[in-house]
Amino acid sequence: MLENHAKLVKFFSSSDEIIGRKKLQKMIYILKKCDVPYEEKFEFHFYGPYSEELTLRIEELCNLGFITEQKEKKSNYYQYRYQVTEQGEQFLNQSNVTLPPIDNLIEKMKVQSSRFLELVSTMLYFDHLSKQEVAEKVQVVKKKSNYTEKDINEAWQFIDELNAIAK
Amino acid sequence: MSYKDERLSEEKVFKDPVHRYVHVNDQVIWDLIGAPEFQRLRRVKQLGTSYVTFHGAEHSRFNHSLGVYEIVRRILNNFEGQPNWNQDERLLCLCAALLHDLGHGPFSHSFEKVFKLDHEDFTRKIILGDTHINQILRRVGEAFPQKVADVINKTYEDKLVVSLISSQIDADRMDYLQRDAYYTGVSYGHFDMERILRVMRPLEDQVVIKESGMHAVEDYIMSRYQMYWQVYFHPVTRSAEVILSKILHRAKSLFEQGYAFKLKPTHFLSFFAEDVSLQEYLRLDEHVVLYYFQMWIDEDDEILSDLCERFSNRHLFKYIEFNPNLQMNQWMELYRLFTEAGINPDYYLVVDSSSDLPYDFYRPGEEEERLPIHLLMPKTNELRELSRHSDIVEAISGKKRTDHKLYFPQDFLEALPEDSDIKKRIFEILFH
Repeated sequence: MLENHAKLVKFFSSSDEIIGRKKLQKMIYILKKCDVPYEEKFEFHFYGPYSEELTLRIEELCNLGFITEQKEKKSNYYQYRYQVTEQGEQFLNQSNVTLPPIDNLIEKMKVQSSRFLELVSTMLYFDHLSKQEVAEKVQVVKKKSNYTEKDINEAWQFIDELNAIAK
Repeated sequence: MSYKDERLSEEKVFKDPVHRYVHVNDQVIWDLIGAPEFQRLRRVKQLGTSYVTFHGAEHSRFNHSLGVYEIVRRILNNFEGQPNWNQDERLLCLCAALLHDLGHGPFSHSFEKVFKLDHEDFTRKIILGDTHINQILRRVGEAFPQKVADVINKTYEDKLVVSLISSQIDADRMDYLQRDAYYTGVSYGHFDMERILRVMRPLEDQVVIKESGMHAVEDYIMSRYQMYWQVYFHPVTRSAEVILSKILHRAKSLFEQGYAFKLKPTHFLSFFAEDVSLQEYLRLDEHVVLYYFQMWIDEDDEILSDLCERFSNRHLFKYIEFNPNLQMNQWMELYRLFTEAGINPDYYLVVDSSSDLPYDFYRPGEEEERLPIHLLMPKTNELRELSRHSDIVEAISGKKRTDHKLYFPQDFLEALPEDSDIKKRIFEILFH
């Protein structure tokens, strides 16, 4: 029952906590690109790949009491913090969903900024293109983000490291 | 004259129940409509399984695609000569509007979930691959197919062009709300589109609405809200969708077990293997799928046969409201009881969830990703986010609604022996 929900609860259960909606979106997308079988559909939006299905499913998990979402006021913006609940853990234990190991991937992504994960996920979105074309595409679709060549090189290295973990 | 500027010697019109007429003047558009990959959309229903609930909902993605094209054509006629609008993008917008749903397969929603497909990926492949559509677009320019694919994929550099096809108030939504309302026969889904088109203004990277058109936009948002819950998430439609998904799962599972089908599922083989080529994808339309379902009624596998009979003859699963959190233990007990009763719960006990977000907004400092609808204020030309100006929209903004239902074959349960404890307990859980 609700396998896709259970897979997401597993993500929160493995993450301790996730801070930021954008970060959450990008992390799930990157996991998906690392062959973790999340089934939410992503499209290209403002900040790169975004899934409305994921947004709605997170809301459902909150309503079901399987995760909590705390809205926190920062100096000039709001931030959202997500954590799994005890009921969520129970739900996970009762579900028979299995995922490949994700803890190390999550650990690696969690310490990165959402801006960097936005770049990584955008590059992965264009992974059918050559490296040169990906770099050019990033400059077109992320004109206002001013990503430098150094950022892009770091992102490639990060992607290689993720792939090595995923293997 | 170059192909991109070529006009038909005489305007062609399609009679359309929603927009009255769809007008075609460009040779390119006429050729695209005639391409086999576009004609295939006649054989893919716009609303999937909704026809089991609303018998009029037999319209196709072909109708809808022409409708989106027509709306964009009218918007661009209004934009001509306005600041920020580059008339050189006209043909690109029209092609993207016409082709935006090109990659939809039969019963998209279920097929994509079960066989892990992505219709947007196939849209791109049809536009860029070895197809008639690609040949036509390439006659406009070598880079033109890629541009069309980028607009549909929302990665085109000119965001104004993208927002016409895809935003919270775009031609796609404006067409499907009205068209689906018309064909289902419901009274929701109507709004004053002519008014909205008249008050749309192009800005550097988005389309905005003159403040005087706010009430027409309110109507549009409300009709979207109602259509989702009254039509798109109708529980009976979802029952058919559940059965459809289970048929596909069962057929795939049987194939993997080496089951000998009486009718070899030739058209499905690459789908079962999750390795579908473009040509194989294009061959499988809804007519072909429904043919197989009819044939599979005669299969020896009781589950496949039963599910296909249910789908073909509208012999659907019943449903009850279900809260997966509060009723988790009941679910587990039902799963066990169904198994003991010889009713495979993997196919006959299904929780289905639907959620919708009618309108979302982005405010500085918040992390939302959807571009909101902006109103262009009189005199100051300042932009204001819609929900900050409209009490009606504010009331439903950011409000998400979820609905969980549990589906099961009540006829199977009723057929269990009267004195069976299993039957008593199942009915107790489901109906008390």
